[in-house]
Amino acid sequence: MRVVLAEDLFLLRDGLVRLLQAHGFEIAAAVESGPELAAALAELDPDVAVVDVRLPPTHTDEGLQCALDARGKRPGLPVLVLSQHVEQLYARELLADGSGGIGYLLKDRVFDAEQFVDAVRRVAAGGTAMDPQVIQQLLARRSGDDRPLARLTPREREVLELMAQGRTNAAIAGKLVVTERAIAKHTANIFAKLGLEVSDDDNRRVLAVLAYLDHGR
Amino acid sequence: MTMDTKNGNGRTAGRGIGLAAVRGLALALLSLPGAVLCFCLSLVSIALIPIGVGLVTTPYVLTGVRAFANGRRVLAAEWGGVRIPPAYRPLPKDANPWARTFAMLRDPATWRDLRWLPVDMTAGFVTALLPAVLFLYPLEGFALAIGLWRVFPDGYWYGFVPVSGQASAFGAAALGLVLLFLAHFFTPRLLDVHFRLTRAVLGSNQGELAERVRILTETRRDAVDASAAELRRIERDLHDGAQARLVAVGMDLGTIEALLDKDPAQAKELIAQARTSSVEALSELRELVRGIHPPVLAERGLGDAVRALALRLPVPTEVSVDLPQRAQAPVESAAYFAVSEVLTNAVKHSGADRIWVDLHQADGMLRASVTDNGKGGAVIGAGSGLAGVERRLGTFDGVLAVSSPAGGPTMVTVEIPCA
Repeated sequence: MRVVLAEDLFLLRDGLVRLLQAHGFEIAAAVESGPELAAALAELDPDVAVVDVRLPPTHTDEGLQCALDARGKRPGLPVLVLSQHVEQLYARELLADGSGGIGYLLKDRVFDAEQFVDAVRRVAAGGTAMDPQVIQQLLARRSGDDRPLARLTPREREVLELMAQGRTNAAIAGKLVVTERAIAKHTANIFAKLGLEVSDDDNRRVLAVLAYLDHGR
Repeated sequence: MTMDTKNGNGRTAGRGIGLAAVRGLALALLSLPGAVLCFCLSLVSIALIPIGVGLVTTPYVLTGVRAFANGRRVLAAEWGGVRIPPAYRPLPKDANPWARTFAMLRDPATWRDLRWLPVDMTAGFVTALLPAVLFLYPLEGFALAIGLWRVFPDGYWYGFVPVSGQASAFGAAALGLVLLFLAHFFTPRLLDVHFRLTRAVLGSNQGELAERVRILTETRRDAVDASAAELRRIERDLHDGAQARLVAVGMDLGTIEALLDKDPAQAKELIAQARTSSVEALSELRELVRGIHPPVLAERGLGDAVRALALRLPVPTEVSVDLPQRAQAPVESAAYFAVSEVLTNAVKHSGADRIWVDLHQADGMLRASVTDNGKGGAVIGAGSGLAGVERRLGTFDGVLAVSSPAGGPTMVTVEIPCA
């Protein structure tokens, strides 16, 4: 799997290259600035891009803008955005086109190599990987008393959080150490309580959950 | 304001009176037509603004008025030793006539000029002319005594003396002598009065300046206090938080090194602990950075920073932004923290279930208003968060206004100059 990597801090870029190579990815390019990233994404046609939000020359949200531009030119181009901080504002912009293949994670998540590589794979496969912090912000905001979220059991909330991060039922089952059948039951309950349509497609499932959490009712 | 006549020396005094008289005459001849012309042109030009002609002419007319006033400032300094510092605001460069006109009309110095013109054409004229008259009129008395009286065969009044022959002409000369004696005392003083009058009307208000200095001193002290307290807080947070956790990670790593061969199970446990510590250190650093300079503010500017803030609030918040360009970083930052504090207040105390934030920029002012549908009753009182916001805004000449009747709604408006 060919990866284009954009990160301006040398140490982190170097570490990411080694981490990804160790897990069998091929690094098509590892760049350090916005213009270089734009060029690499246009020429190399990678399977997935791993991009830092803040890049030279502006040191603002250059990386995010490059990623959004590239997805405008090649819809569905899988992009995993890494950032020192995660904001719902950026998460919404990334998810806005609804075509999946999007990840938005805190840089800290790189510490857990397995989880990080899993997220890269999921995004490359057209799935979604949202940072637990984004999800927690969303859940915190939607936890008013008479909102449907309040009707979820603690276990169901846990399942909802993992589901909103972009995990499949199998992965959730593995994480919570229960059977996949139990998770299926939980998800069915969650969908019923939140009034969401049941869907088999993992990505659409995440988008539905996020749309619900974001816009509430 | 000291004139060279004040040093007792008779010859200098005489020259001083003559000089003062000539200067007074020059000033009188200058001030009356000049002031009348400037005043009339200004009135006409300003009156014509509504139909557009005034927009084109006013900057030129007002520039002329300024030149006239500046000329008088120079004369006041050179002839009377009275310094009248000009206090015009700088005009915007490359501005259109409309902006130039209104920038000039908004300047209090312009209105001081316009107020000064009628004073100058009346009281100013009189105080300038009197020294000249007081000096020149006695000369006429002497001229009459020498023989000028013969030119007026039908009788002539010199002051209150009827001149009809050589005897009464000498009377006129005597009166002239008395007047010259008076002139010796009054001529320079009258000219001085003229310049003082000019300064009183044309000079910027001392009280105003003193008040401004007082406010600046106060806000600067607040700013210094606030930034010192902020630095202490950051230092403490770093010291007790991230720094301590990183030390713990280092210690854990040392222990792990020692345990690796002896007790791999415990080493593994410590590795997990070290990783948790490093993650916590990172999240503490992240919070600290957000408190110093929020990342979205750095990346996207005020509008999106407030949008991102609104998304994190537990109360649904609508944000509308109309900012044509980014303000200077300190202004943006001040506005962000003020809005953030006001929003926190609203969430905590108002009991509102909807909040609206409106950001816009107009007339060189950055304006942010936060409205909620809560129970109202918010005041800028001692100890309230709003008082702190107001004090910190003071550093930027910003103001805070609260409208919060009991029962709501509450509207808090923040205004910061940003031009």
